[in-house]
Amino acid sequence: MKALDFEKPIYDLQEKIDELRQLAASTDMDLQSDIDAIEARADMLKAQIYASLTPGQIIQIARHPNRPNTLALANLLCSDFVELKGDRCFRDDPSIVGGVGTLGQYRVMIIGHQKGSDTKEKIRRNFGMPHPEGYRKALRLMKMADKFGMPIVTFVDTPGAYPGKEAEERGQAEAIAKNLKEMTGLCVPVVSVVIGEGGSGGALGIAVSNRILMLEYAVYSVISPEGCASILFRDASRAEYAAEKLKITAQDVVDLGIADRILPEPLGGAHHDWQVVSETIAAALADELDRLSALSREAVKADRYQKFRSFGRYKDTAIQAVSALPSAKSSKSSKKKL
Amino acid sequence: MSILDWFTKDDARNSRYEERLNIPGDLWAQCPQCKEAIYLKTLASNFRVCDCHYHFRLSPEERIQMIFDDGSFSEIDTTLEAVDFLKFADTEPYSDRLKKAKKKTKHADAIVIGMATLHQLPVNIGVMDFGFMGGSMGSVVGEKIARIIEHAIHNKFPLIIFTSSGGARMQEGIMSLMQMAKTSAALQQLSEVSVPYISVLCDPTTGGTSASFAMLGDVNIAEPGALISFAGPRVIEQTIRQKLPKGFQRSEFLLEKGMLDRVVHRRDMRNILTTLIRLLNPHTTKKDVV
Ligand SMILES: [Zn+2]
Repeated sequence: MKALDFEKPIYDLQEKIDELRQLAASTDMDLQSDIDAIEARADMLKAQIYASLTPGQIIQIARHPNRPNTLALANLLCSDFVELKGDRCFRDDPSIVGGVGTLGQYRVMIIGHQKGSDTKEKIRRNFGMPHPEGYRKALRLMKMADKFGMPIVTFVDTPGAYPGKEAEERGQAEAIAKNLKEMTGLCVPVVSVVIGEGGSGGALGIAVSNRILMLEYAVYSVISPEGCASILFRDASRAEYAAEKLKITAQDVVDLGIADRILPEPLGGAHHDWQVVSETIAAALADELDRLSALSREAVKADRYQKFRSFGRYKDTAIQAVSALPSAKSSKSSKKKL
Repeated sequence: MSILDWFTKDDARNSRYEERLNIPGDLWAQCPQCKEAIYLKTLASNFRVCDCHYHFRLSPEERIQMIFDDGSFSEIDTTLEAVDFLKFADTEPYSDRLKKAKKKTKHADAIVIGMATLHQLPVNIGVMDFGFMGGSMGSVVGEKIARIIEHAIHNKFPLIIFTSSGGARMQEGIMSLMQMAKTSAALQQLSEVSVPYISVLCDPTTGGTSASFAMLGDVNIAEPGALISFAGPRVIEQTIRQKLPKGFQRSEFLLEKGMLDRVVHRRDMRNILTTLIRLLNPHTTKKDVV
């Protein structure tokens, strides 16, 4: 398992414990009390480190190569998962995957970004950075789900939509924009789980949902802290600071009223125990789908629209109030002739 | 020394001269494309388009005056203002940037919305202002776009939005990202009542703005030579480690790739828009058709 830099003290202690264990096995010495003592210290250190992670450290966990991914989760959640491919226009984009399966009592469509875990697969999947055809495949599958009355679950885990030449030529902006619009028109429940990196428009392109859940160490941001640092601060080394300012952690995104719920991860992060993570996600999804499935098709659609319509913080100087939930009508008092 | 000697090829110096020339009393402007000096009155009578076809960026006032019936525009929701709810500061606090932009543009944020007429046909319009923090979309821009769309849903008059924006306003963090979904969601509602939406993409329209309402017109029109992209050219060049060809991500390129319906010269914009809304709007009554 790849150790993140701030986890090094834990891994160092773990190494010491392993050494003592080996020594104990090869000699007659009783080292158990020492081993116990160091283990206790390791546990304390872990609790300490993971309780006070900075946003910069959290984003490292969110990007951990061994985090559970969409395909793994789909197979852990549904014993009968069948992957479906292609946008029917240009090609199959391996950066976004999707398919159908049974989740508890629901037939569901699962769609998500797929980063890949080893080098070869990462390259094949373009590090989870989709081209327009990825978003078009996702939309095709969502429309199919809508047609067959299947709830949609999306797993978000991308650094962002791919900023490349062909992606631009084939209409990256249009592909994302269209998803944002068309997802609003879906009449089946849509629940998104940010499982790793929620990178900007590339993440939002499959996340216009009734409910937005975030794993404890997942992040969701308008721009990567690195990108923000180099554009706004003109200094890429200020990414750590930008990560703080942008408010990207699950807790921040819940506090801003955008994500609905945080799903706890095993100590140290989701990569330590996929099974536990998939059980947590399964329970949360069952819960959300139970609630949403009780609504009519029109109500499901209206619920999603109201959620996104309410996002925004501004003030109206005519009514002197900072508004998070504006009314749909404009104030007539604020007319002005140009 | 001739007046042309004042204009060097040096960009930093050019922008200084341009600024200098923008103050009242100066008579010349320099074209950023062909670098020629143009007599301001000539430029004004020519829709602020250079002989080389470069379309100068416009303030919302200039654009409205150029396109819509004289005096027909009434602005709404002028009192919505941005809030620095993240206490965001990069090289400068967000609140200071807002103050400066308000002073410079005399607008509360990067878009003006309201009602106007085009050859007596009523329309709902939104006009973005690149001069206000690069036309970036934060909560106020998103809210105003959603509101003008809701007006269109209610009054059934067509909607025309002129975009000029670098994308989401990073100073509002993820809330600015959500404005992409909010504006697109409102357009979905507009689609459902069959009111036409014409998106006019002006230089530049990039990032979160292009990846939301700007690309969602029933008809997408662009001004010539406008930069229209999801990722900016510099980001792409860094990613693929090669220079992009000339004209990449410009209006004409997008037209060729099928992303736009038309590229329209500013002098023809008023007439084309009038014809389109007259033809497309199913809610137009017989007496509106002239
Ligand atoms: Zn010129």
